[in-house]
Amino acid sequence: MAKKGARNKRKLEEHIPKKIEEEINEESDVETDDLLNVINNEEDADSSDSDRDIEESDGEVEDVLESATNGNDDDSDVEEEEDDADEEEDDDVNEEEDDIDDEEDDVSSVEDEENEGWTSSENEEEEDKPKNGTSLSETKSKTKSSKNKADGGSVSSLTKLVKNDDNKEDDEYKNDSSDDEDIRNTVGNIPMKWYDEYKHIGYNWDGKKILKPPQGDQLDEFLKKMEDPDFWRTVKDPQTGQDVVLSEQDIELIRRIQARRNPDAQFDEYAPWIEWFTSEVMQMPVRKFPEHKRSFLPSKSEAKKVSKLVHSLKMGWLKTLAEKEKERTKKDAMNFYMLWESDDQAEHMRRIYKHISAPKRALPGHAESYNPPAEYLFNEKEMKLWKKYEETPSKRKLHFLPQKYDSLRKVPSYSRFIKERFLRCLDLYLCPRAIKMRLTIEPEDLVPKLPSPKDLQPFPSVQSIIYEGHSDMVRCISVDKIGQYMVSGSDDTTIKIWEINTGRCVKTIPVEGIVRSVEWCPNTAINLILVAASNRVILINPNIGDYVVCEKTDELLKEAPLSDLIISDKVKTTVQWVDPTEEEYAKGFRLILKHFKEVAQVTWHGKGDYFATVMPEGANKAVLISQLSKRRSQIPLAKPKGLVQCVLFHPTRPMFFVATQRHVRVYDLLKQAMVKKLTTESKWVSKMDIHPGGDNLLVATYDRKVLWFDLDLSTKPYQTLRLHPTAVRAIAYHKRYPLFATGSDDTGVIVSHGMVYNDLLQNALIVPLKRFEEHKRVNDFGVFDVKFHPHQPWVFSSGADSTIRLHCN
Amino acid sequence: MAGPRKKKFESGEGATYISRRKAIRKLQVSMNTFRTLCILKGIYPREPRNRKRAQKGDMTIKTLYHVKDIQFLMNEPNIWRLRSMRVISKKVAKARAIRDKETVGRLLDKFPKVELDHIVKERYPTFIDALRDLDDCLTLCFLFSSFPSMKHLPKDQSAMCRRLTTEFLHAIIESKSLRKVFVSIKGYYFQAEIKGQTITWIVPHQYGFEPQQRSEVDFKLMSTFVDFYIVLLGFVNFRLYSGLNLFYPPKFSCIEDQSEEDKKLVDEQVFISERVAALNFPLSKTSTATEEDDVNLDEFTDIDNPEKMEEIRKEAEAVKGLKSLFKGLKFFLNREVPRENLVFMIRCFGGEVSWDKTLFVGSTYNEDDESITHQIVDRPMKDKQYISRYYIQPQWIFDSVNARQLLPVNKYFIGAVLPPHLSPFVDKFREDSYVPPEEKALYDSELLEKMHNEINSEDEAEISDAAISDNEDEADLNEDSEEEDEYPDDVIMEDGYKSEEPKKSKLSVKAGEVTKEKPYSKLKEDRADYKLREKMIKGKYRKIYNDMMITKRTKSKEALLLKKKRSQLDKQAVEDKKQKKKTKTSK
Repeated sequence: MAKKGARNKRKLEEHIPKKIEEEINEESDVETDDLLNVINNEEDADSSDSDRDIEESDGEVEDVLESATNGNDDDSDVEEEEDDADEEEDDDVNEEEDDIDDEEDDVSSVEDEENEGWTSSENEEEEDKPKNGTSLSETKSKTKSSKNKADGGSVSSLTKLVKNDDNKEDDEYKNDSSDDEDIRNTVGNIPMKWYDEYKHIGYNWDGKKILKPPQGDQLDEFLKKMEDPDFWRTVKDPQTGQDVVLSEQDIELIRRIQARRNPDAQFDEYAPWIEWFTSEVMQMPVRKFPEHKRSFLPSKSEAKKVSKLVHSLKMGWLKTLAEKEKERTKKDAMNFYMLWESDDQAEHMRRIYKHISAPKRALPGHAESYNPPAEYLFNEKEMKLWKKYEETPSKRKLHFLPQKYDSLRKVPSYSRFIKERFLRCLDLYLCPRAIKMRLTIEPEDLVPKLPSPKDLQPFPSVQSIIYEGHSDMVRCISVDKIGQYMVSGSDDTTIKIWEINTGRCVKTIPVEGIVRSVEWCPNTAINLILVAASNRVILINPNIGDYVVCEKTDELLKEAPLSDLIISDKVKTTVQWVDPTEEEYAKGFRLILKHFKEVAQVTWHGKGDYFATVMPEGANKAVLISQLSKRRSQIPLAKPKGLVQCVLFHPTRPMFFVATQRHVRVYDLLKQAMVKKLTTESKWVSKMDIHPGGDNLLVATYDRKVLWFDLDLSTKPYQTLRLHPTAVRAIAYHKRYPLFATGSDDTGVIVSHGMVYNDLLQNALIVPLKRFEEHKRVNDFGVFDVKFHPHQPWVFSSGADSTIRLHCN
Repeated sequence: MAGPRKKKFESGEGATYISRRKAIRKLQVSMNTFRTLCILKGIYPREPRNRKRAQKGDMTIKTLYHVKDIQFLMNEPNIWRLRSMRVISKKVAKARAIRDKETVGRLLDKFPKVELDHIVKERYPTFIDALRDLDDCLTLCFLFSSFPSMKHLPKDQSAMCRRLTTEFLHAIIESKSLRKVFVSIKGYYFQAEIKGQTITWIVPHQYGFEPQQRSEVDFKLMSTFVDFYIVLLGFVNFRLYSGLNLFYPPKFSCIEDQSEEDKKLVDEQVFISERVAALNFPLSKTSTATEEDDVNLDEFTDIDNPEKMEEIRKEAEAVKGLKSLFKGLKFFLNREVPRENLVFMIRCFGGEVSWDKTLFVGSTYNEDDESITHQIVDRPMKDKQYISRYYIQPQWIFDSVNARQLLPVNKYFIGAVLPPHLSPFVDKFREDSYVPPEEKALYDSELLEKMHNEINSEDEAEISDAAISDNEDEADLNEDSEEEDEYPDDVIMEDGYKSEEPKKSKLSVKAGEVTKEKPYSKLKEDRADYKLREKMIKGKYRKIYNDMMITKRTKSKEALLLKKKRSQLDKQAVEDKKQKKKTKTSK
């Protein structure tokens, strides 16, 4: 019987939803709407009363529900166990179905009525909920009773499903102890998801599998929602997978918990307070024995401690907090007073030794302004330069970038300000200090005050004549004693004789070989030119000027004087006096001295009888002095020390100057001994000339210097002039005027005033007067020779540009 | 021989200098303590005459101190305090590590404080000396007063700096000794003259603090300097205040005048700390004696240099005028204007100043006060403007102070393009360096007028531009035709002369022609002469002369460059103007 009942029950369960579905389909949409409304209202009513939290705190509720449902379980497992057997009895079921249909009709009708009632009394329901609940349960119990009437056996299962509803009326412990129907899962408290992949959900008391109830799809769920009035109180038991409908009691319990009230409805919160332990003070102690004596006496150890504290306070060792605070503020406070009584009277006390105060910072210029004039701002070029020195800011002109802001409010803070202050601090304590005298003079003050050139006239100031005709560099020039003619020797192996005033070339005499030196005889009675052409020294009678003098000269040189002097071999190998051929005689050659080496310089003695020749490569036979009248030569210096550059006769005394590379030696020709050795303090002497007075010597050097020697004063130069930026090649002293001229490779000819006073105490006055730069540079050569006119303040200069120029005053 | 043999470097330069390493050893202090000592005592390394000798034959470069300076440090009482500081801080660290709070407290109570009063007196024996060296002190204090609290700095240092600098500014205001002001991109330069000493300090622009990299700036070192400077500035302030018959620390008369109840309301400390607010109120004086007028200079006219005397007198008069430059003027500052500096300046020169009450404490009158003569504005303004006052940009104040007269305001109106702001610190009579035309105009009244006229004429031209522009083309045409007319006449005239001349007899005496000297020939000659003379400079001066000439040349080159730039810019400006005109007319 029981088996059959169970079977029926299962059938019912399977088919009721179908029936309802059909009914819903049959009925109008309006009715379904109503139904929906009803359900919604129910839910609303439930939630709106106590709490909307129910939905939010689902988890909690579910837990509670679980515990609640575990007790009042249903018996669906049993039915499911017998699933297989059911199929045979389909036919019976069909018959029963009809019955049930009828029942269903009843139920639905009842529901409809209820619905109407719900809709009509919505407001009231909202006002008080518990009533609704009860009314609902009542109606449900009605339906049940009606079902029971229809089919006693099958409905028993239904009652089981919904039995919670009428728990109160039934036995309270009914669900607690039903052994056979109590299907408990024995898996324990484990996450149930472990059984997700299996068909069963655990094991019952008998060790048999509890199968999972069939899972309805979402549509079923929805339909349940629509149809089952108890859907809102149906909860899934995770342990068994069964749906459990919560009883009224359970819901009440949940509500109470949610409201944070005592879950026990019976509990009286406002029951009268019973004082178990009295708050009243009792007269007599609880303890029986009396207090000890020491509790009435003051502690000795404490007294000791206190006395210590008191003593230390008294002695001032210990300080109260207030005192300490006071002391601290006193210590921190700055106390200023009158430190300096007067402005500038220093009290005597210890000081820094020889104090050097730090210099003040330079004050800002216009460029630092926030709104400087536009020219101070950097343009692109300057900006580029600024960026270029990013690594080395010290190379920058300014230490900041000038900037312009059109109003004060736009000026930002200067990013390097703190850094600059810091650097200043570093300077103040780390930078070594020393007192340095700053020159407050202008550079112009260092230039010596010299008399104005205008006061030192006459001197050559204008170029007046250019003597053109040579085809190569003009190495040397010489002016005759009268000042009418000039002779010039050039690299084109000719000498030319010029008339000074007209600039006309009177004669051109080819001499075979580069002419390095020419010199007109200083003796006015003889008309002779000494020419050094390669290794020959030629005496030429130019046959110009005074006719008588020329004749006389020719006569003088016609016959060689007879002498019985034996010429030494040394001299013989050095030089040979040769008479010119007829052809040469016609050109004007009167005598020829053939030297063994190239002759660099020739120079006459003042009287015009002796002349000296220099062969720089001649080693110990470098210098030769020859006598014209006797036609004989001698070697004065047995061992000239160094390369001889040039030689010079003293104008008045029998003295002979020999300039080697670094020194100038002065020999006495009579005594045949060295008198003086002048140190030039330069690397290479080029030329020298002597003041007509004979006391002052001028030496030009290749290392850009012009040295003025005062022979009476010292062997060191009295003055070193650096007039030229390049090697000085030529130097000449004027015979009458206090003028001297220098010529250099930079094409410059400088005429200077060189006054020598008779008074020995007064030093010579040297004033550069004029610089000419008319010559052109050829192969890095400029001026080769300068010479003065014998009486006029005119200067001649010959240069590498194959011209000779005359500058007049 | 007599006596033991003298060893090398036992006397002379070798014995007068001591290297830093040796000095530290001698003093038995750490490097940091030595640094602090040097900063506080003002000891600095010295540059010897002959380094090799001073370093006892060593050629490497060392920092050398004078032996006597180190001896001076040895006798400093603070050296003991610094030593004990080090010891105590070590002990404190130890106690802290074991959380022995009692010991920490006890030790910290014992922590010594460096006494600086006597050092101030040692370093600056007279008040004048102190004033002479006040530049760095003030600048650093002003910088520190703008600092927030920082980790390595003592907590009340910046507050102290703020207090002392404000006091100093008050002293300047009361003595009216501000002379020159300058707004640079670095900050505001102020130059005051106290007892004949010019003191220049820089106040950084607002919000000047930027966190610095540790490798770049050592704040600890700077704060050691500030430690000393605070004491120095305090004493200087005391002296200045007592010289001006003022209370020190300052008392504000406005607070004294208030009743007892009001006094309670105003927290004096707060009032002082609000620097700007405090600057706007006069201080109360110890005695009510009237201010002495400037000493008349007439007594000294008999000194042999009358020109110089005249100059001095002029200067004195100008200064007198400067002191009352803003007297009777009432200023109102808008909120965008740097308040503190302007208030300081205006009050220095006798003006009255106020600002919006709601913005900041210390305002004395409101914007709607009709007696305000100048409102200082640095932003385009659209709200209500009063006719009774000038609305000017702050540069007017700076320029007026530097010019020592109230400049015409028309160049400084709102929105006007400001004339360049020039530095007052450049030498007026400098040679061979560039002088911008604006500066020239300052000294030369004629030029100034000329510039004014130019501006006026330009304005007029602009105004009448529209009217003229239509006729311009026609006028041009007329001019052209006139010119054409003129030319033929000339030609004819010349022809006439030429035709007449040959007709005259050939034998005639011509008037001698005056040979015109080329304008540069003389100059050229002089230069050539000078060049020759230059060669006669003695060898020992030649190098220095060349160096001087090089600097001179570079200077003049720079000046030339600036001049060139300026002329180009001017040309461009003119062209731009023309272009604008054209576009205007075309429109």
